[in-house]
Amino acid sequence: MIEFRDVTKRFDDGTTAVNGLDLVVEAGTITVFVGPSGCGKTTSLRMVNRMIDPTSGTVLVDGEDVLGVDPPTLRRGIGYVIQQAGLFPHRTVLDNVATVPLLTGWTRRKARQRAAELLELVGLPAELGHRYPVQLSGGQQQRVGVARALAADPPVLLMDEPFSAVDPVVREGLQDELLRLQAELDKTIVFVTHDIDEAVRIGDKVAVMRTGGFLAQYAPPAELLTRPADDFVAGFVGKDRGYRSLSFVDSSGVEVAEVATVAEGSASESSPDWRLVVDADKRPQGWVAPDGSVVPGGSLYEVGASIRGALDAALSSPSGLGVVVDAGGHLAGVVTARQVLDVIESRRG
Amino acid sequence: MIFADAFAWLLDPVNWSGGKSIPVRVGIHLLYCLGAVLGASLIAVPLGLYVGHTGRGGVVLVGGSNALRALPTLGLVTFLYLIAGGGTVGVLIGLIVLAVPPILAGAYAGIQDVDRGVVDAARGMGMTGSQRLWRVEVPNALPLLVGGLRNATLQVVATASVAAYVGIETLGRPLLDGLRVLDYGQFVGGAILIAVLAVVLDVVLAGVGRLVVPAGLRLSAAPAGRTRSRRTQRGRREEPVPVESGGSTA
Repeated sequence: MIEFRDVTKRFDDGTTAVNGLDLVVEAGTITVFVGPSGCGKTTSLRMVNRMIDPTSGTVLVDGEDVLGVDPPTLRRGIGYVIQQAGLFPHRTVLDNVATVPLLTGWTRRKARQRAAELLELVGLPAELGHRYPVQLSGGQQQRVGVARALAADPPVLLMDEPFSAVDPVVREGLQDELLRLQAELDKTIVFVTHDIDEAVRIGDKVAVMRTGGFLAQYAPPAELLTRPADDFVAGFVGKDRGYRSLSFVDSSGVEVAEVATVAEGSASESSPDWRLVVDADKRPQGWVAPDGSVVPGGSLYEVGASIRGALDAALSSPSGLGVVVDAGGHLAGVVTARQVLDVIESRRG
Repeated sequence: MIFADAFAWLLDPVNWSGGKSIPVRVGIHLLYCLGAVLGASLIAVPLGLYVGHTGRGGVVLVGGSNALRALPTLGLVTFLYLIAGGGTVGVLIGLIVLAVPPILAGAYAGIQDVDRGVVDAARGMGMTGSQRLWRVEVPNALPLLVGGLRNATLQVVATASVAAYVGIETLGRPLLDGLRVLDYGQFVGGAILIAVLAVVLDVVLAGVGRLVVPAGLRLSAAPAGRTRSRRTQRGRREEPVPVESGGSTA
């Protein structure tokens, strides 16, 4: 658990970066600090491992005032991931990951063994261990950064805009990876970003901060989207928050209907209805339009995911029928937007 | 022809034996250069590392080192000869003063140029100040540090000739003698020797640089290192680095 008690940070030039922050980060959760530049999110994060010391107030990690621990000792017990990873260019990937274990006195052999395990954990092939950071892509470097932070198995992980320098597709992959790791490792993570979508996607709780170092709202993402505390939060969360809040609504009550299918590659005679093309494994491959032409399908909705996925599947489908699949990607049926909206409406009542 | 005269002088067996022969002068020249670069390194490297690491005194350092550069070496050597009464110390100090600024600049800039993110990560992972300096900053500063040493060596090799003014048998001797008696062959021959010595030392130091600069840095410095498929430390071609595919590699 990390606790901020009335923490204020004023810099020498007179700017107040953090202003009376009171906040508790629960153990085993991901808490995201989000806000525009100058809101004090990074400063708050850096006060946890004493990269910056507060002007007043107290930061506690597991009940202990961090100011009572000397910085190198404190930092070796807290994982630290930064933007663009900050890997040591002169060391191999393996030795980068082994940094903290070596600092805490492990033997080189044991530290490298641990580093190799971690590369596997973050989904990197073992042979990458002998390369140098410059030989990796941005996304791979960032994974190494995460592996390095996890090497000594610290209970707390600080992540300062770790994924903001990679392209959106890679970023999404890294976010998924982080969530998968967290499910496995159960760390207490503080994650700083300026991207509200990222915050809502990965945070168990999100702290929205406002320029001048004020905490505007501290709530689970669903609450942030449905009940923003004020106009600033509402504006920061964005225009389509109504739609995005559906990510946090489960899809129970959505009825899945059957749909006419044709096998992939079979001759397509005309028919008044849209028919779904499936392969031998019953995986959806697209649609046959009433005029007989084959068109690509929309997004797929996996049973059990949030209701946003169901609605999006229906809205993005050329036939208006959202395709539902099971966890293995096999066809389970279809839903319509009207059905999904009815479920949403009935939830409100 | 001047160059024919120069080669005649260089090849004349008379000049290759005795106390004032070419080998002896090359040896003495080298000795002064070595002493000067070593002495300057002892002063400039620690100072440059300290200022680069702490960030304190950078302005004073740059200003001071520029002021040193403005001192004319010949004047300084003559002056020190006059007040010290002996040649060796004066010449060495003069050459050290000449060699300090490039080495200082290399050490300081080398540390300063280390990526801020890398230094931040080193701190954030719990390295102490000296661990950060020796394990992260110095290895990454080596390319510029070695560059500074090479610059200093070139300057010192060229300038050690002035020692001849105060009677020391460096390769400046044939220059002075040649000028005095208008023996241009000897004059140009001496100049050629100095130039060759400078080139040889530079090549040697470049080799030392290749040995001490970490492989990961050489890779990033190579122009080919910016492309997708890169050379490994052993110089053989590796498979192209797999392109990120949205993180589903696990």
